[in-house]
Amino acid sequence: MTALLPSPETIAALVKIGLLVGGLMTAAAYLVLVERWIAAWVQDRRGPNRVGIPLTKIRLFGLGQPLADGLKIIFKEDFTPRHVDKVLYNAAPLALLTASLAIFAAIPFGSVLPPLNIPGLPDPVPFLVAPGLDVGVLWVFALSSIAVYGVLLGGWASNNKYGFLGGLRSSAQLVAYEIPLGLGLLGVVLATGSLQLDIIMNKQAETGLWYVFAQPLGFVVFLIASFAEAARLPFDLPEAEQELVGGYHTEYAGIKLLLFLVSEFLHMVTAAFLIVIMFLGGWHFWGITGSTQEVTWVGAFLRFGILSAKIFAVILFFMVVRWSWPRFRFDQLMNLAWKVMLPLGLLNLVVVATIEEFRPALQSALGNSLTTGVAVGVPWIIFFGGLICAGMLTPSSTDNRPIRTRDPFDQERHLEKDEPMNKPSSELVEA
Amino acid sequence: MKPSDPGITWIDDKPLGLAERLYVPLLVQGLATTSRHLVSKKNTVNFPEQRPAIGNPLIYRGVHRLNRDENDRVKCVACFLCATACPAHCIDIVATESPWEDREKYPESFQIDELRCIFCGMCEEACPVDAIELTSLLDLTGKSREEMIFDKEKLLSVYDMTKDAEPMKSADLGGTL
Repeated sequence: MTALLPSPETIAALVKIGLLVGGLMTAAAYLVLVERWIAAWVQDRRGPNRVGIPLTKIRLFGLGQPLADGLKIIFKEDFTPRHVDKVLYNAAPLALLTASLAIFAAIPFGSVLPPLNIPGLPDPVPFLVAPGLDVGVLWVFALSSIAVYGVLLGGWASNNKYGFLGGLRSSAQLVAYEIPLGLGLLGVVLATGSLQLDIIMNKQAETGLWYVFAQPLGFVVFLIASFAEAARLPFDLPEAEQELVGGYHTEYAGIKLLLFLVSEFLHMVTAAFLIVIMFLGGWHFWGITGSTQEVTWVGAFLRFGILSAKIFAVILFFMVVRWSWPRFRFDQLMNLAWKVMLPLGLLNLVVVATIEEFRPALQSALGNSLTTGVAVGVPWIIFFGGLICAGMLTPSSTDNRPIRTRDPFDQERHLEKDEPMNKPSSELVEA
Repeated sequence: MKPSDPGITWIDDKPLGLAERLYVPLLVQGLATTSRHLVSKKNTVNFPEQRPAIGNPLIYRGVHRLNRDENDRVKCVACFLCATACPAHCIDIVATESPWEDREKYPESFQIDELRCIFCGMCEEACPVDAIELTSLLDLTGKSREEMIFDKEKLLSVYDMTKDAEPMKSADLGGTL
């Protein structure tokens, strides 16, 4: 009998997964609402503010909107076009969503909240689906690369040129931007000496120096690459509505479309988590969150608040950017990835490696505070220098004006070349 | 005109400066613009509870009304000028001999198809006795096409509804009275 019952550890893990998935789905639903609000406010509108508690007249600033949106899209006809590859067509949204959700297994909530002592369990339960995952960062990156298979499959299985083009663009874009993303991350890993997200966060809390200050170039490269990775404007070419109808999800409807859209938002949440954990100090804030060792419940509450606030701020930034900057053209996108981001990422890596190499020598020669000054000052000088070089050598704008020296309407030029098609009509009449 | 025409003055774009080539200052500029709008005053109104400001109601072109004279009779003399002027052909009048001394004809039935109407105001312009006027009522809804064909009684009731808020137009506003 006892063999059939799952072990307490399994139950704890399942409960944690349930909490995480439920929380993430709710968060994604509410982020849709936030996005609609931001969109409306930027355009001087009010946004959804009607739907409140169902069957009452209570409005709650429109906080019931996600429920209404969700119900609407779930009860829509789940239409499958005849010309699609049925298996792949159905597998694509599932693959995408699974990958997007599985990423969160490695996101450390563990150091935010104290482990919970549950009677009947030998060990306290940490708040982390996969505690102490040594390859945390790699896991996140591997899965976010797998997510592109969902997009690609969806585009290909749709058997539709817009879907196909969307999938194609997505694959090219993700391949191009994985590299700067990885380079931005490598600097952090070099400085920390660990791939565990938990340790990266703790290191920033210990020194009080967030990596955004120590590695500005890496931060900018990582930030821009995460926009591209999450396919947010200005890099939303895989689903550019004006050109590709809906891109890879053109042929999808109902709940499958919902899965695509939710995983898109989850990508943004992942990106925000990574940016906050790796560059913005995670739950750390000077003078509020205390030491890394002991976690009280009050401290945990503060940390949770600060982490959420930071993540929300980054997501808000993502959303405001969407309405600020126009979409890149595809060649500009590729230019930016290979000619600007890749060299800048490499530059950042070299700077960080050099500083880390000479840090012990500097510390013995200059003392601690001066070393920190150098370790912060030099990257900032390199940051501005690198930006200026990138701007001067590879401007992101290209001159697309027609060449005026060649006049297409100039008839005399055609006559000189003796092109019979362009003879003036009077000559044709004479002939 | 050919591109080589001497009458054309070609103006070149200014070459990009350092700030523009760096791209980042322009991005910040864009962000500043959207952030300003994020908190600025909203242009839309909460419609059913909050009515939009429509300027001068006397010159607004909303739902029609048929005016009454001092004796509460319909003012219309069934001259068909409005129906003739109407570009959408939405006015349908059946005239008959007037029971009153002061005019020859009056409308036995007067129908306006509000779904066809383009609210151009030509009927109001054409009317010699200021019988038909456009009010400032703007939320015109109905559940069927039949409901949206306003007959004489309904148009008169629109007048009863709006006569206090919007008196008949005086001469200095273009009325002939």
